[in-house]
Amino acid sequence: MKLAYWMYAGPAHIGTLRVASSFKNVHAIMHAPLGDDYFNVMRSMLERERDFTPVTASIVDRHVLARGSQEKVVDNITRKDKQERPDLIVLTPTCTSSILQEDLQNFVDRAAMSSDSDVILADVNHYRVNELQAADRTLEQVVRYYLEKARRQGNLNISLTDKPSANIIGIFTLGFHNQHDCRELKRLLQDLGIKINQIIPEGGFVENLYELPKAWFNLVPYREVGLMTALYLEKEFGMPYISTTPMGVVDIANCIRQIQKQINVWAPILLKKKFDFEPYIDEQTRFISQAAWFSRSIDCQNLTGKKAVVFGDATHAASITKILACEMGIRVSCTGTYCKHDEEWFREQVQNFCDEILITDDHTKVGDMIARIEPSAIFGTQMERHIGKRLDIPCGVISSPVHIQNFPLGYRPFLGYEGTNQIADLVYNSFTLGMEDHLLEIFGGHDTKEVITKSLSTDTDLTWNSESQLELSKIPGFVRGKIKRNTEKFARQNKITKITVEVMYAAKEDLSA
Amino acid sequence: MSIKISETLTFECETGNYHTFCPISCVAWLYQKIEDSFFLVVGTKTCGYFLQNALGVMIFAEPRYAMAELEEGDISAQLNDYQELKRLCVQIKKDRNPSVIIWIGTCTTEIIKMDLEGMAPKLETEIEIPIVVARANGLDYAFTQGEDTVLAAMAHRCPEQKVEIEKNQKIEDKSIQELFSFLPLKIKEKSSKSLNLKNQFPLVLFGSLPSTVASQLSLELKRQSIHVSGWLPAQRYTDLPTLGDKVYVCGVNPFLSRTATTLMRRRKCKLIGAPFPIGPDGTRAWIEKICSVFNIETQGLEEREQQVWESLKNYLNLVRGKSVFFMGDNLLEISLARFLIRCGMIVYEIGIPYMDKRYQAAELTLLQETCKKMCTPMPRIVEKPDNYNQIQRMRELQPDLAITGMAHANPLEARGINTKWSVEFTFAQIHGFTNAKDVLELVTRPLRRNNNLENLGWTNLIKTQKG
Repeated sequence: MKLAYWMYAGPAHIGTLRVASSFKNVHAIMHAPLGDDYFNVMRSMLERERDFTPVTASIVDRHVLARGSQEKVVDNITRKDKQERPDLIVLTPTCTSSILQEDLQNFVDRAAMSSDSDVILADVNHYRVNELQAADRTLEQVVRYYLEKARRQGNLNISLTDKPSANIIGIFTLGFHNQHDCRELKRLLQDLGIKINQIIPEGGFVENLYELPKAWFNLVPYREVGLMTALYLEKEFGMPYISTTPMGVVDIANCIRQIQKQINVWAPILLKKKFDFEPYIDEQTRFISQAAWFSRSIDCQNLTGKKAVVFGDATHAASITKILACEMGIRVSCTGTYCKHDEEWFREQVQNFCDEILITDDHTKVGDMIARIEPSAIFGTQMERHIGKRLDIPCGVISSPVHIQNFPLGYRPFLGYEGTNQIADLVYNSFTLGMEDHLLEIFGGHDTKEVITKSLSTDTDLTWNSESQLELSKIPGFVRGKIKRNTEKFARQNKITKITVEVMYAAKEDLSA
Repeated sequence: MSIKISETLTFECETGNYHTFCPISCVAWLYQKIEDSFFLVVGTKTCGYFLQNALGVMIFAEPRYAMAELEEGDISAQLNDYQELKRLCVQIKKDRNPSVIIWIGTCTTEIIKMDLEGMAPKLETEIEIPIVVARANGLDYAFTQGEDTVLAAMAHRCPEQKVEIEKNQKIEDKSIQELFSFLPLKIKEKSSKSLNLKNQFPLVLFGSLPSTVASQLSLELKRQSIHVSGWLPAQRYTDLPTLGDKVYVCGVNPFLSRTATTLMRRRKCKLIGAPFPIGPDGTRAWIEKICSVFNIETQGLEEREQQVWESLKNYLNLVRGKSVFFMGDNLLEISLARFLIRCGMIVYEIGIPYMDKRYQAAELTLLQETCKKMCTPMPRIVEKPDNYNQIQRMRELQPDLAITGMAHANPLEARGINTKWSVEFTFAQIHGFTNAKDVLELVTRPLRRNNNLENLGWTNLIKTQKG
């Protein structure tokens, strides 16, 4: 048992659901007790989804506990098949069904016979993997299922497209700025003259997956989700993949050079020409993206040697660390990730760019580390933002887990050249905010701070008895002044001099009348 | 699909495929209510993930609750439950020193049959902090019923009320002290204020309300010369009310049927079955029922109710004649529907997770009377609703307002149906005369908002309507 207040990565089934509901016309059925469908709320609220989240539960209740699910799961699958006609139904186990140890595969096999949809059981163990690992695994499972199906049916298409093309793997729902990153990646590839073959899972149709091998290479922008799929495709179809995250000027260039290398394997044969992206990289770096220029400007000079702490998922934490250290000259005192399963890769990436490395999924350790280091700015998740608030240190949010404000309506990619601009803004704003705060402190702060409470208790001929004072103190601070004023106004109007709790309520009612 | 609206109340039961919060969410408001408590949810990552997301920012205010997260070793019994729980509880005692630790049992503890009730008394004596066990799991309960399980468990911990309290005051307190020897029970001086109040038997109200709302309700009863001798739960665990066979109890929320049963059967209290004090009509009926039990003639209640209705005029003009559809997820639905019908709305369907016809009897009668009085057809009451079917029905009925969970709110709005999140009714102050306005404030918000947007021509915001 572990005493836990907060966690960075969610339970396994969330990962599976995120992948399943990112595909179009795929429905997930959770084998779960009432109330475990909180995923629907998150998707509906955070992503502001207009459509009903294609996730339902086959409810595990007392009866199921006593007699087993029996026909229930099969019925629920076939019913959903009739109602929504999905291409694929993913039966998703939860922590509850992990312990029940029912033969879910058997239910899936039976349901598959009577439904038009394909039916699979998500192969994830709640107690061994977290949300991100499960998402990675589920994506691979779905891709494998459809490619093997295509192979059986003989309609696998492995001839390369005429023009260079790529699959983007790992864009999915509730991902940190994924929608914007996706748009930016499409633009980047288009600039390079590379066609998008498919983007999975977001917005993809499972029925089209058999065409995945037509792409010249796979691009996996985030380490957390998509690598397993890319590895599978490499092994089965010899498809090369690029997993360098195009975040920050340096890594975008790295990524583009790798792309160049990959497509130049085939281009001379198929197109009778070689691609050279160097002029593009140069033009973008120096003139289109503002980040390179920003790092030379006086603004950025002032950031030199300032201390920062970075924490987040492996992809974002590593990339941001490198950007801060190499591209902006900021001193990264500590960098860390909660992706414990990817520790080795992470250490290797950030080794020379920071003073220390912290691998943990315990937010109190992160908090302690921040308190000890006292950086000028933090770049982390929503949790670090709150730690920062408590310690009065500004924080830029760079990674999941996130809140609704991290699903902005405006265009805010982290990847690609526009991403570098966004990151530069984020970094610079975090530090200046900190500076301003600091200066205010030195010069005695804003002088308007206490005004509201001061003006209240001046010319009073009214007395508050102890009970009503107590009641007043229970009212949240930000409205207390208003309530007090209104009550006193009401009392004066009614020629009451002693304010009791009754008077307070009467005032409230009078006001609302 | 034919939807007929009948003359009498009809009860239906569907598949139970509906969206609601897990009952462990009750820790969110209960830990704030009971100031000296600590809630330990014994469950998995799934439970923790739900809590941290559902409760939003509250998590960052050093909450007095935590997960005891079960790991693979706990599930396969490689680790000793008792030792593990002891380790965590000792740590909690050291860090927070609460007056009570409440263990919330979850689905997982049910399935692996962890004997929380058996372990608690043993550990309690060992670490010298009372441990209350409540099984608030998704296998058995929905959302607000979580509070019900906690209060039912707590009812067992209320001190015993002896006959002729005043005389035996000292003895009684001593016996309680012996019973809970580890518990620093405050010996409270009985105030002599109650002299001018008429009821001779103590009245205890049950249901967790914000302290302002609780004191508002107490005040309303005081106006009728009724003294409320205690609340379950009180602001502090150490202030739990005394119970016994002379004590009258009355519920303030519709989802407290287990607590009511426990109070009656185990603590021998007398239950006053009344409608719930939601809306001015409900509040008046609630007070009247309590007064009638104590043989007290009510004073000025009718005028008071009338006055509140007067003050609601502007809202009533907005809602009159509009139709509502309750999808059902928090058990407040019957009382809210009754109030809204009285406001002049038409209720098509009342979805509700669970319907205790005995505990809610008075409320159901009032609903029926209200329908007759307002000349509106009786709504259908759908227990364990099926959200998919409900959405089909809603497509046909096109209600002016759907009261629904957050999972459906945005998709329904995109399809041009006004929605109000049902959860807000659980967290807003909706009880008593004073707060009737707040209920209508919530109900009319989508209507008012959409009045403003009406002429912009973008009600329907989805590309293709399926089916």
